[in-house]
Amino acid sequence: MMEAPLFLRGILVITGKNMRLYYTKPPVLMFGLLFPLFMFFAFFVGRNLDLETFFPGFLAMMLFFTASSVGPLITPWEKREKTYERLLSYPVTQDSIILGDVVAGAVFGIGISLLVWIASRFFVPVAVTNIGLFILAFILGTLACAALGALLASPASDSPPNVMIFSNLVRFPLIFISGIFVPLEQMQGLGLALAYCSPLTYMVDLFNAAMSGTSVFSPVTDCGVLIVASAGFIVISRVIQKRNMMKGM
Amino acid sequence: MDIIRADHLKKTFGPVTAVNDVNLSVREGEIFGFLGPNGAGKTTTIRLLTGVLTPDFGTVHINGIDIHRHPLDAKMQMGVIPENSTVYGDLSAEQNLQLSGKMYGMPKTLRDKRVDEVLSKMGLSEKKRLPVRTFSKGMKQRASIACAIIHRPKVLFLDEPTSGLDVQSRRLVIETIHEMNEQGSTIFLTTHNIEEANTLCRTVCIINKGMIVAQDSPERLKKMFDTTQSVEVSFDRPVSRDLFAAEGILRAEPCGDKWRLYTDNPDQVLKYLVGRAEREAITITSLTTSGPSLEEAFVRITECA
Ligand SMILES: Nc1ncnc2c1ncn2[C@@H]1O[C@H](COP(=O)(O)OP(=O)(O)OP(=O)(O)O)[C@@H](O)[C@H]1O
Ligand SMILES: [Mg+2]
Repeated sequence: MMEAPLFLRGILVITGKNMRLYYTKPPVLMFGLLFPLFMFFAFFVGRNLDLETFFPGFLAMMLFFTASSVGPLITPWEKREKTYERLLSYPVTQDSIILGDVVAGAVFGIGISLLVWIASRFFVPVAVTNIGLFILAFILGTLACAALGALLASPASDSPPNVMIFSNLVRFPLIFISGIFVPLEQMQGLGLALAYCSPLTYMVDLFNAAMSGTSVFSPVTDCGVLIVASAGFIVISRVIQKRNMMKGM
Repeated sequence: MDIIRADHLKKTFGPVTAVNDVNLSVREGEIFGFLGPNGAGKTTTIRLLTGVLTPDFGTVHINGIDIHRHPLDAKMQMGVIPENSTVYGDLSAEQNLQLSGKMYGMPKTLRDKRVDEVLSKMGLSEKKRLPVRTFSKGMKQRASIACAIIHRPKVLFLDEPTSGLDVQSRRLVIETIHEMNEQGSTIFLTTHNIEEANTLCRTVCIINKGMIVAQDSPERLKKMFDTTQSVEVSFDRPVSRDLFAAEGILRAEPCGDKWRLYTDNPDQVLKYLVGRAEREAITITSLTTSGPSLEEAFVRITECA
């Protein structure tokens, strides 16, 4: 493909633009940063929970919230501010825009979560037993979450608040069914069935495997599901956004 | 070779056919005016030509490149100033231009040089560090134009670039269009200002209800209606349109306190008006005749379609 370098450059420039413009937007700070911290304090602090069991889940939750909070904001924001049409007239395609949003979300997720992890090392005695898996969990997990974030931006809306509400409606239930607060082993029936459907479950499981060494699925399954989920989210988001565009700007 | 070429473009939005079998060819180096009443399909056509929208049917080639198959290569050839899309309000004019330059893959040194050049050309140098959000409408539009010309595009698309601007900004925009054209860019612009199209464009294309209804030089379009002239008349009191239902009067339209009557035969109309006014005992307070204008040609063309 002759256009491949142009395509990659487009993604890079869009990512840079997203990082500069959207990381400091209030909804991102609110739902991406403060929220998971509140959750941490609400659920873990002062409850005498065994941190070794729960810390990997918390890290996964942090990654999930940070990585998936940038994506839903960007496109609706650009549509409202009327910069989206102009963006599309540059040498980019809807695909480069979606991927630029995903990468920006992923970088945000990795950056913040890595900081949290490094800081936590001073307080929480949780070691990483398998550094390779840990890195893999970070990369694949953040990719899946950022892709989910981009998918959540797909509804044809130019109202960032509406899209944020919608995306939180999807994101919140996920953290309760994905083995963060209740380990998968203790789930049953419908809860367990739902947990199997949530990509976040496999991310939590991968973090467990990397940190405490115990996991429900094999790391290969976890990685496979995360890769398929990422690809699936991106493809669905692409289909929806293309269909929206056929209906007009 | 045609630098812009569109074949059988069609675009529908639900029940609305916004663009219907549009064929266009624009030669390199032209200033091409795209006129049409509100809702005629101008913006939709520009969106199709610039690859922002995908047509239901038809093809677009920019400088010989199929925009559907090679959107990135084709978009590299052009600069676009959309009708109601702006640059980033949170970024300064300078940052917006830098971003635009990066989008077009300009190397850093060239980018820095062109950013300064274009900022000063568009009269934005002094405020280049302020967020565009704080700019007036005219300044925003100038920033928008600056972003579209930073890479000296082969083709420049402008959707109503002068609407809502004051005289100075408007002149600056027109000047910039001329300058870009002299430096080799082909210009494709839409406007509601017929006089502007008349003085600026070498070719004018008129679209109505999604279809191209005329395409020619402004002079030739006017000549098409050479026989049509207009008579402007006013009376000492209001009259109804029925008064003008007479042989020789093609169309009558109220214009402020006057009526404008279109005719092929002004002599016949003048005699009729004088006779009728006498019979009905109304006084003619003013009466003028004028030759064809592009505006009349435009109205005639879009009306009979
Ligand atoms: N996204 C959309 N959804 C539905 N209908 C649309 C959409 N965009 C345009 N249309 C319709 O298509 C037709 C052409 O619109 P377009 O904006 O191209 O007109 P225009 O010539 O640019 O008008 P104006 O002079 O007012 O800018 C109109 O009837 C409009 O209502
Ligand atoms: Mg328009």
